Amino acid sequence: MTRPMTVTEKILARASGQDEVRPGDFINARLDLALANDITAPLAIREFEAAGLTDVWDPERVVMVCDHFVPNKDIKSAEQSKLVRDFARRQGLANFFDVGRMGIEHVILPEKGLVVPGDVVIGADSHTCTYGALGAFATGVGSTDLAAGMATGEVWLRVPETIRFNYEGEPDHYVTGKDFILYTIGMIGVDGALYSAMEFGGEAIRNLSMDGRFTMCNMAIEAGAKNGIVEPDAVTGEYCRGRARREPVMARSDEEAEYARVVDIDVAAIEPQVARPHLPSNTVAAAELAGLKIDQVVIGSCTNGRIEDLRMAAAVLKGRRAHPDVRTIVIPGSQQVYRQAMKEGLIDIFIEAEAAVSTPTCGPCLGGHMGILAAGERAVSTTNRNFVGRMGHVDSEVYLAGPYVAAATAVAGTVAVPEEVLA
Amino acid sequence: MIFEGMAHKYGRDVDTDVIIPARYLNTTDPDELASHCMEDIDGSFVSRVKPGDIIVAEENFGCGSSREQAPVAIKAAGVACVVAASFARIFYRNAINIGLPILVCPEAAYEAESGDLIRVDLDKGEVTNLTKQKVYQADRFPEFMQEIVAAGGLMKHVQNKAKGTGGKQGSSGTQKAGGTEGSGADMAGAPDGAGETGGAGGAAGKA
Repeated sequence: MTRPMTVTEKILARASGQDEVRPGDFINARLDLALANDITAPLAIREFEAAGLTDVWDPERVVMVCDHFVPNKDIKSAEQSKLVRDFARRQGLANFFDVGRMGIEHVILPEKGLVVPGDVVIGADSHTCTYGALGAFATGVGSTDLAAGMATGEVWLRVPETIRFNYEGEPDHYVTGKDFILYTIGMIGVDGALYSAMEFGGEAIRNLSMDGRFTMCNMAIEAGAKNGIVEPDAVTGEYCRGRARREPVMARSDEEAEYARVVDIDVAAIEPQVARPHLPSNTVAAAELAGLKIDQVVIGSCTNGRIEDLRMAAAVLKGRRAHPDVRTIVIPGSQQVYRQAMKEGLIDIFIEAEAAVSTPTCGPCLGGHMGILAAGERAVSTTNRNFVGRMGHVDSEVYLAGPYVAAATAVAGTVAVPEEVLA
Repeated sequence: MIFEGMAHKYGRDVDTDVIIPARYLNTTDPDELASHCMEDIDGSFVSRVKPGDIIVAEENFGCGSSREQAPVAIKAAGVACVVAASFARIFYRNAINIGLPILVCPEAAYEAESGDLIRVDLDKGEVTNLTKQKVYQADRFPEFMQEIVAAGGLMKHVQNKAKGTGGKQGSSGTQKAGGTEGSGADMAGAPDGAGETGGAGGAAGKA
């Protein structure tokens, strides 16, 4: 009889060939997937080659996505993408995604069934924790860790303590997964889950769509967490059907599993949230910022660039126009999301609302391109970070919100909740 | 290893975007990255920093993006060591992997001020504020990490493993909490997490 374990512990035990693990154990875990992008892969490739390594451990399981500075914004970015592309070709990587085929990494990997429940995934991108929504263990690492993972198919990890978050009750219609996670980070702080697993559960999570779950797990890193995770259930199973490339392993936490902390949250008490500059934990109810003038709205990113997010934005923008003083930028997270949005008429709604619609890219989220802010400018963005200078000039400001608030703000020209605009 | 240098002091939650803004991530050249180090939090850092200086910060240093360019920029700027009350986990791993010495020492971090002369003895895990004439004890690396450090960094550790000289971590397996110096027990008393490992500090600078 093994000790009762959390879902994270079960996945890590299996990946390290153990019957059980406990928080604090150092393990060597077998990887199911290792991921890098156009700004982290170049360093990883350099480390890999400098170490005299010639072949990646498995060309099917080393994934590279050019998504941050693409379509390339300048010559240096083009050189970096070329380096990644050349390496991918040399190594025969089965899953290399370039312009036209690519999307934002954390949108396309689940979409293509490359990550399945029970997986252990490392990615040289901090938002790799997104895949926890599938009931996988996924964590961000740096380029050197990734280089080692590409070579060996393994990673060393310290088994994290798990903090369990129970979301109970029924949320208001315009309260989304983004509001849940912003509210939670506001409650525990940007290092409130440092080194820990954030396990999201409860009635409101069981009722949450996969897209909402991706949004929540995506931002676990903004509380310092090693991973975010949702126990796989019928919603997960439905998502995996027809797309999972491997057999999912649907582990759930044991009832007697030990948690470092249990946090109960009544979602009925959560209002649409906004995180003010310059930390994702600076959250307030959006209503409290009414009247705050905004120059730009960005709807997209690995946090909120999925079809459900675009549907939410479109529900507000339909038949309306963005305020003349607001530049509204919509960035579908993948070609599939883009196409689906077209089929549903959402792209028409955005263009009629005088929003710019872009090919998938991380772009403005990290101040790369496609919507850089000038000094003194202010954006409401469905992205994940509002650090100093994140979207451009060091004296610009980013306010984080979900798609409903972002779209309402685009119409109002000031921070707004959907009800104000839809009335 | 012993370092002595002037402190550049920062508060809590110094994120990797301000350490090296993403607009400069279109290169991996360490010197070019170094020329923009700390640009969005401290515009004059690059003109003031001298080889051997020490960055001192409060909790959660290096939070945010996984960009390894952040510790690379700090190291290439000539910074000998970073002492913080705690580190964000990806930054912590990255620093060890690229050979930027880091030390978790909350008291030293809180009490230091910019301009203080700081002495760090990595082997002893000891931080001395020479200006304030005060000695602080940091935690040591756990055994698991010492192997990586002893190998001279992660990639060398991997190379050793490939050659079959990698020691006891050569295959999937585990090292139990509590059996590892400075890990499990320390973690419990350190709500901010004192490093990826609970304990930290030591000779990380050999890669």
